[in-house]
Amino acid sequence: MSVKQHRRLYLPLATAAVVGLALTGCTGDIAASSSSSSNCADYASYGTFKDSPEVKIGGTIQDVEADRLVNSWADFQSCTGIKVTYQGTKEFEAQIAVLAEGGNAPDIGIIPQPGLFNKLAAAGFLKPAPAAVEANVDKWWSKDWKGYGTATDGKFYAAPLMASVKGYIWFSPAEFKAKGYEIPKTLDELTALTAKIAADGDHKPWCAGVGSGDATGWPGTDWVEDFVLRQAGADTYDKWVTHKIPFNDPAIVKAFDSAGAILKNPDDVNGGLGDVSSIISTQFGDAGLPILDGKCSLHHQASFYEGFWKKADGSAVTVSPTGDVYAFLMPPVKAGGDQAVTGGGELVGAFKSSDAITATLSYLSSDTWANNRVKEGGVISANTGLDPANASSDLLKQSITILQDPKTVFRFDGSDLMPGAVGTDSFWKGIVSWLSGDSSQKVTDTIEASWPKS
Amino acid sequence: MTTADLLGKIIQVVGALAAFALVIGLLLFLIDRAPKRGRDYWQLTFFIAPALLLLLAGLIYPAFRTSLLAFTNSSGVYVGAENFVWMFTQPAALITLGNTLIWVVVVPTISTAIGLGYAVFIDKSRGEKYFKALVFMPMAISFVGAGIIWRFIYDYKSGGNDQIGLLNQIVVWLGGQPVQWLQTSPINTFLLIIVMIWIQTGFAMVILSAAIKGVPTEQIEAAELDGTNAWQRFTNVTIPGIRGSLVVVITTISIATLKVFDIVRTMTAGNFNTSVIANEMYTQAFRAGEQGRGAALAIVLFLMVLPIVIYNVRIMRKQREIR
Repeated sequence: MSVKQHRRLYLPLATAAVVGLALTGCTGDIAASSSSSSNCADYASYGTFKDSPEVKIGGTIQDVEADRLVNSWADFQSCTGIKVTYQGTKEFEAQIAVLAEGGNAPDIGIIPQPGLFNKLAAAGFLKPAPAAVEANVDKWWSKDWKGYGTATDGKFYAAPLMASVKGYIWFSPAEFKAKGYEIPKTLDELTALTAKIAADGDHKPWCAGVGSGDATGWPGTDWVEDFVLRQAGADTYDKWVTHKIPFNDPAIVKAFDSAGAILKNPDDVNGGLGDVSSIISTQFGDAGLPILDGKCSLHHQASFYEGFWKKADGSAVTVSPTGDVYAFLMPPVKAGGDQAVTGGGELVGAFKSSDAITATLSYLSSDTWANNRVKEGGVISANTGLDPANASSDLLKQSITILQDPKTVFRFDGSDLMPGAVGTDSFWKGIVSWLSGDSSQKVTDTIEASWPKS
Repeated sequence: MTTADLLGKIIQVVGALAAFALVIGLLLFLIDRAPKRGRDYWQLTFFIAPALLLLLAGLIYPAFRTSLLAFTNSSGVYVGAENFVWMFTQPAALITLGNTLIWVVVVPTISTAIGLGYAVFIDKSRGEKYFKALVFMPMAISFVGAGIIWRFIYDYKSGGNDQIGLLNQIVVWLGGQPVQWLQTSPINTFLLIIVMIWIQTGFAMVILSAAIKGVPTEQIEAAELDGTNAWQRFTNVTIPGIRGSLVVVITTISIATLKVFDIVRTMTAGNFNTSVIANEMYTQAFRAGEQGRGAALAIVLFLMVLPIVIYNVRIMRKQREIR
């Protein structure tokens, strides 16, 4: 072989070697750990399984959250002998119906929103929940929550898993203390507080932003949902999201107007960001930050906003009742009345049935699981057996207390319950045109017209 | 993933490639050994079959299914022409159709005009290569990239704050108040159109510049001897000489413009009355979960592109006949 031919071989060989070396970087080489140090007494009721049957779970949860989820059933696996495998993908929502139709769905699905759950249950893909799961849900969850796992045929299919709370209003405890502002207990007090901060004059009271790429508008839907639930009540809210009353019902128009009294009032917005039109162009993640500079006092956003706070110089922001920022729940109409909150959460449904699947479902609906998962950090659950002390932050503890309060009325985020053509399209677009100047009546009329007829 | 998993995957890939090579090799071998009688037909069939199969699976079947989907609602029930009724009655959908028409009229005309003018002016000038490269460079930027770049140019910060956007900074320098460019209808549609023109002008310029060089010098010289001025030479000699290229450029840009999606999606996501058919098609089918409406929009888009493609093909065929 001549030297030239040798050389011809070198390049591909070298490339292959480099690629091979680079790819080994992708490997983790984590040995499967089998820590059986934990106490298996908690898991005795689920039984033990001989030849380690496999239960496959699918969902949208990914990355760190997925790792924490997997950790939450480590002891369950080692004590019962069931091998639980989890696969998280962003495509889960789009793919699950297709997979179920082909008989390729995972054993258990963590369904991220009730709209999808209803579709799957109506199509007959889900198995009714085993008796043990239903007993757990009756024991640990409120009626509201059980209702979201019950399909239109009246059968109970899916237990709730985790939860999140929307409708928080963020503020600076230091500013409130220095200026003598009180946390409002009613919507009227909130209006009075807004007027007071505006009258004090050194900055606009509210900052808001609904920008979110192609999902621009959704933070505004939370405003409207919060007002509908508080002013018109849970019954009207339920009728609204299921289209038993039209979208342009007077109660809904009133909620738009109430939200607009703040969001579309140039005296009240947009602290540190510009005028009313800047609400649309401001990204929701940046919208609350002027609170840290004292250019704004109040910001409406869900509990997850805890992770978004950052100072311009990169130093940490403390979220606590005495820290840099904290949040109170948007108040009810009447003081001392029942709290009403909107929020989100997952539902756990089974596509197949077996003893191992039943055991896994029962574990996921138990207080043991809720405590195990919340201890891992970052999330909460509405499970009443959950000890708030296990939560990883003050705000999460407060959220758990709110969710566990038997007097709290909980409703799912309305836009998740509406058909996609409204909940993830015309409602968002409606918020944008409403903030651009269209009247509440015109916007609700347009959204009503877009509601799919069949 | 462990090292063992990785090795397994590499072996899978190598195995799959080897199997592919084996199948192809076998096919070629068999074709070679095909019976003498009608060997041409055997070979033709074998060579064209893979392409035909892929076309069937990747183009014809999806097109057929999309056409069926256009007459169903989100749960797959037949609803007749309801999706088309929606498209031509809902104010938001009508704006989408109108915007698409504006795009397809403005973008090909202006980018071809600018490209042609530029090509004529720099023709045979010193440094022509560099002038060409300058205008051609935006072609190399993806639509999404261009959208992000121009979104920064149109960026808005309220009065008193430092402006990030070039356009608003110029307005402030001239003593004006910053404008929410992308939220102000109808100017926002034209601001998006500028991005498309910025990209497509380079394409028009390169093709037309090559065509201009192909116009025979004899004709130009003959016209000069006849005493024509530069403008007359341009309209009576150059333009007829490059007519074919002009048509190709205009139709190609028209088709690209009808399909524009990335620019609108990255810059306004179709809000503020800037949506176009391709963007609305995606939004309806994949965000709102209304596959029927998405499919109906796709069909209308197809019907709008079709005549342009047919015209393009006919012109090219006619040219071939002349040659």
